[in-house]
Amino acid sequence: MGLDIAFWVLAVVGVGAALTVVLLRDVFRAALALVLCLLTVAGLYITLSADFLAAVQVLIYVGGISILIILAIMLTREVQRGSPANKLQIPALIVAILFLGVVAFTLLNTPWQLSAEPPLEPTTAALAVKLLGEGGFILPVEIAASLLLAAILGAIVLVREK
Amino acid sequence: MSVGLEHYLILSAILFSIGLYGALAKRNAVIILISIEIMLNAVNIAMVAFSRYIAPSMLTGQVFAIFIMVVAAAEAAVGLAIIIAIYRSRKTVETTEIDLMKW
Repeated sequence: MGLDIAFWVLAVVGVGAALTVVLLRDVFRAALALVLCLLTVAGLYITLSADFLAAVQVLIYVGGISILIILAIMLTREVQRGSPANKLQIPALIVAILFLGVVAFTLLNTPWQLSAEPPLEPTTAALAVKLLGEGGFILPVEIAASLLLAAILGAIVLVREK
Repeated sequence: MSVGLEHYLILSAILFSIGLYGALAKRNAVIILISIEIMLNAVNIAMVAFSRYIAPSMLTGQVFAIFIMVVAAAEAAVGLAIIIAIYRSRKTVETTEIDLMKW
């Protein structure tokens, strides 16, 4: 019962924050609404008993990516002009609503094979075994590390003063 | 009716549609990147919901969510660096004015 209430509150706040991001003209306030949206996603992870992912969400998204985005907004000084919609606004709205309709129709008509098992808690040790253990995802972890290194080097090269 | 898998999937679809609208309809390149972040988060919610309700002991969905986060972090870093580089050379981040390669 408590989880249900938490889900509905988080869902309403999250969708409201996401709508604020795309409807507000003020870029800086849109970024602050994004922070709220990312926090509600972390709360949703907790209702899904994914404790490690919730902590990672707060650390990476709320702590890291939002700071990066706010820094970029300040560096590009577009706060005065805001973010108006382009001339594709109506087609984009139609595409988004069509997409939502198709996806909702499909997933409401799919017979999901639900499992009655209780969720694993805590998930941190199990995730570590899954990622780094025998027969796990060790190669993707190494590839992710090199991807991050390449991305950081690329970002440094792109923004360096000549 | 208690909250189940469908609720999370519908919420994920709504957030993805909002992000899709923002990515298609906005002019500011930073807002487009923010919309892409919202879309990636919506996908993550769907992944974790599948992991919780279909195979709770396997955690594969959560592993996928971690990799999506890694790629999202790399994408945000490189994307914002590109936006700052474009702003330096053209003094704008409006996507309607960055049309050098437009046919």
